[in-house]
Amino acid sequence: MFKFFEPNKIFSITSRAPKYVLALFIIVLCIGLIESLIISPEDYKQGHSVRIMYVHVPAAWITLGIFSTITLLSVFGYIFKIKNFFLISKSFAPSGFIFNLIALVTGSIWGKPTWGTWWAWDARITSMLILAFFYLIYLLAWRIYEEKDQIYKITSIITILGIINVPITKYSVDWWNTLHQPASINILSKSSIHSSMLFPLFIMTAAFALFSVLILLMKYNTELIKIKNKGLDRL
Amino acid sequence: MINEILLMDGYGLYVWSAFAFTLLSFTSLYLIIKIQYTKERKKFISKFGTLNSKKASFAKSQVAVKEILSNASNI
Repeated sequence: MFKFFEPNKIFSITSRAPKYVLALFIIVLCIGLIESLIISPEDYKQGHSVRIMYVHVPAAWITLGIFSTITLLSVFGYIFKIKNFFLISKSFAPSGFIFNLIALVTGSIWGKPTWGTWWAWDARITSMLILAFFYLIYLLAWRIYEEKDQIYKITSIITILGIINVPITKYSVDWWNTLHQPASINILSKSSIHSSMLFPLFIMTAAFALFSVLILLMKYNTELIKIKNKGLDRL
Repeated sequence: MINEILLMDGYGLYVWSAFAFTLLSFTSLYLIIKIQYTKERKKFISKFGTLNSKKASFAKSQVAVKEILSNASNI
């Protein structure tokens, strides 16, 4: 089954896919922007500032999702010795880091009119900042270390340490008294958010997910060409 | 109508700056990755051009190499 993940076999798909993903991303993003900036209603308490939610929440969801995926791929890659899993993890990381940055900055912008401050050292915000550091260390590790076995081991350790922070980030608003509001959307129970706000939120989440797939594909292709470049040197 | 969308009852600056930062981040990351891709691909093509015919035909037997050489602008 793992033979399917061989770079040579999937490159024919990954090299053609970005242009279609880019087109789909632009369409979904345009719909999302119209929905979130014009059509969706303002909040009875927060007014128009609630619209920041449509970029802040999807970015936070996706950065947590990407870090979990990177960890899973790194651990499986290390156990089953599948080098391509590390390549996919490496290609996922830049978009994960950017989404983390977006979640932090837009959260800070949202904090000013809502809480009266740009920043607070509360559990949710601090744990998101720690996650950004883990992303940064992970990306730096790929730049610093050259030897393959060493880099696989180090990046796996970084992700395993970092994943401890993911449930802390997710449940920090339930475990501690935080300035950050609790989750409004629950998969298992009824969400406290109106459907007129849920729709743009899901559209924007879809757009952000498509962007992370686009970056994944482009970065993966770049990494594969880098490997092929080294292969040509050895010929 | 346009003023209402732009000003958003005083929240316009916060909302628009959050969306602008997001779109700017997207554009920057996309361009950085695209530049990296183009650079690596150009390097590959120039290296491939220096190979003798025997080495070139051996390299071309790989699916990925064929794809790199055939897709001039696949992003």
